[in-house]
Amino acid sequence: MDRFIGHGLTCIRGERLVFSGLGFTLESGGALVLTGPNGSGKSSLLRLMAGLLAPAAGTLTWNGEAVASDREAHGGRLHYVGHLDAVKPVLSVMENVAFWANLRPGGGPAAAEAALAVFGIEHLAGVPGRFLSAGQRRRVNLARILAAPAPLWLLDEPTTALDRAAVATLEAAIASHRQAGGMVAAATHTPLSLGSAQTLDLGAFETEVAA
Amino acid sequence: MHRFANPTRFMRLSAALLPWTAGAALALIAAGLYLGLFGSPADYQQGESVRIMYVHVPSAWMAMFCYTFMAGASAVGLIWKHPLADLAAKATAPVGACFTLLALITGSLWGKPMWGTWWEWDARMTSVLVLFFLYLGYIALINAFDDPTRGLKAAAILALVGFANVPIIKFSVDWWNTLHQPASVFKAGGPSIDPSMLAPLLLMGVGFTVYFLWVLMLRLRTEIVAAKVRALRLRQVRSGAPATPSGATPLGAKG
Amino acid sequence: MDRFLSLVGRDLHLAQRHGFDSLLVVVFFIIAVVLFPFGVGPEPNILARIAAGVIWVAALLASMLSLERLFQTDYEDGSLELLLLAPLPLELVVLAKVAAHWLTTGLPLIVAAPLLAVLLNMNGAGFAVLVAALALGTPTLSLVGAVGAGLVLGSRRGGVLLSLLVLPLFIPVLVFGVGAVDGAIGGFAFRSPLLILGGMLLAALALCPWASGAALRQALG
Repeated sequence: MDRFIGHGLTCIRGERLVFSGLGFTLESGGALVLTGPNGSGKSSLLRLMAGLLAPAAGTLTWNGEAVASDREAHGGRLHYVGHLDAVKPVLSVMENVAFWANLRPGGGPAAAEAALAVFGIEHLAGVPGRFLSAGQRRRVNLARILAAPAPLWLLDEPTTALDRAAVATLEAAIASHRQAGGMVAAATHTPLSLGSAQTLDLGAFETEVAA
Repeated sequence: MHRFANPTRFMRLSAALLPWTAGAALALIAAGLYLGLFGSPADYQQGESVRIMYVHVPSAWMAMFCYTFMAGASAVGLIWKHPLADLAAKATAPVGACFTLLALITGSLWGKPMWGTWWEWDARMTSVLVLFFLYLGYIALINAFDDPTRGLKAAAILALVGFANVPIIKFSVDWWNTLHQPASVFKAGGPSIDPSMLAPLLLMGVGFTVYFLWVLMLRLRTEIVAAKVRALRLRQVRSGAPATPSGATPLGAKG
Repeated sequence: MDRFLSLVGRDLHLAQRHGFDSLLVVVFFIIAVVLFPFGVGPEPNILARIAAGVIWVAALLASMLSLERLFQTDYEDGSLELLLLAPLPLELVVLAKVAAHWLTTGLPLIVAAPLLAVLLNMNGAGFAVLVAALALGTPTLSLVGAVGAGLVLGSRRGGVLLSLLVLPLFIPVLVFGVGAVDGAIGGFAFRSPLLILGGMLLAALALCPWASGAALRQALG
């Protein structure tokens, strides 16, 4: 049973206080949906959870251990999907996914191939990234997180550019990830149906700014 | 600038210190200049032109001192995340660059009667020239980003990298110089200097240092006020209503 | 180690797919050197005298030009974020990218340098030392440049800014690089400048990945 806890988190971007005093608890099988208006800090919170950003105050712990104390270990147990798809235009879809899978324990060409099949892009395996549409690129990026196991998924607007079928595939992938004991934190504008998810409304922490 | 910084104490302290440092700097520099120009003998070799030394040598000291100060402030900013330290490093850079330029110009003026050329690739002068480029790079980097805090953080790393490189550059320039021309004409500042010359030199040195403190405080105050203005603008954007100065929370106030 | 190699391999692979791009750096290097006879005249003695300096300065400029792209594409397409989150130390990621960068841009410069030395009528005694000095010096340039390349990510006018930051730091490499070659030609000691170049390479290997990693962290923070 893994436990990922944020406590008293404060985030400052540039000279702007984005949120403060924010906390959450995620356990194996759990899901956290981040909502709130533009600029309320959904992306910032996900980057904070990933360790790309350092909190100005507060702590993030994984099973009681501070995340900041071992960045590589934390990086190894999470998958982050940001606004950019990290698809190299000159590499084929398979090469793109396999590279990221090979960097991680438990990932390999076979897993990459299976991941492409899940998102229905196995026929594109040999196609260079520059020929892909935005939705296809996004599916390549999502296949990347299936190609190597990691308990924590951090998804920032994962449904961008996806059609309805692909959204359903993503929902199914998240559900089976949670069933296997994984956890998910996702920021989204469009409804993403995740069974029994906690919701964190970042708009509620925004009042701090005006104070 | 965020609510965890506490510049109010600095603002109060600096307001009290400003007139004193200004007065002391002007008095010291005036005394040093008087002694240097009228109260000290001309050099038996260099004649009256030796008096350029009283500006040149303290400027060169300050050029190095400011860079060291900048690197120290950057380290404090990086390690303890103290926002005033980052701002202090930023405020130091243009002052240090001006001292470096002054050292270069006075060195060139001094070089004309000594060497017969405006510029000699003397080891010390060349090192100061490279230092000037380091300052320029720092200033350019700090202003290269739309987000001012991003520039501060990047420039802090650059200041430390540059500071670590200063001895290596100095060593390489010295080595290069001895390879190409063995003798250096600059002997001023050595231990054999006459006491009547040392007094104005030291006065000028201390005067320049106090002047630096004065300007540093002035510039820091400006930076803090500018940060306040940016915070107001931001609040205006966020709330959608025009923010009035009277409704502004002071920077140090608890949000 | 496997992951380190797979990172190097990926960058080499990318460079190979981009084909001509990394060769452009060598072409620039050659053109920059060839400009000098037009500037100072074709007098063989003058060219021989300045050959080492010209080749080194051109190598400096060439490797600096290519540095801008070191992290830029990964930064723009989001790969850099994922590399930061990869389960290996960021310093190793930087080292892998620098290694690939040097293999695709530094190494071709070293191969082209003797050819240019012939064009500039350089004394034959300096050839071996020129290659050795470039082999020790250009990795240092790539390592120091990686710090600058990390710092300018996301800035306006990255390229010009990068040259302003990095060129002053290249001066020691230039001094000892030229010093070694001139020493070999002039018949005096060239061992000590070569050793100093090696020392600087070791120091850069130890410090630059770390500083560059810090620069990348703040660029994405």
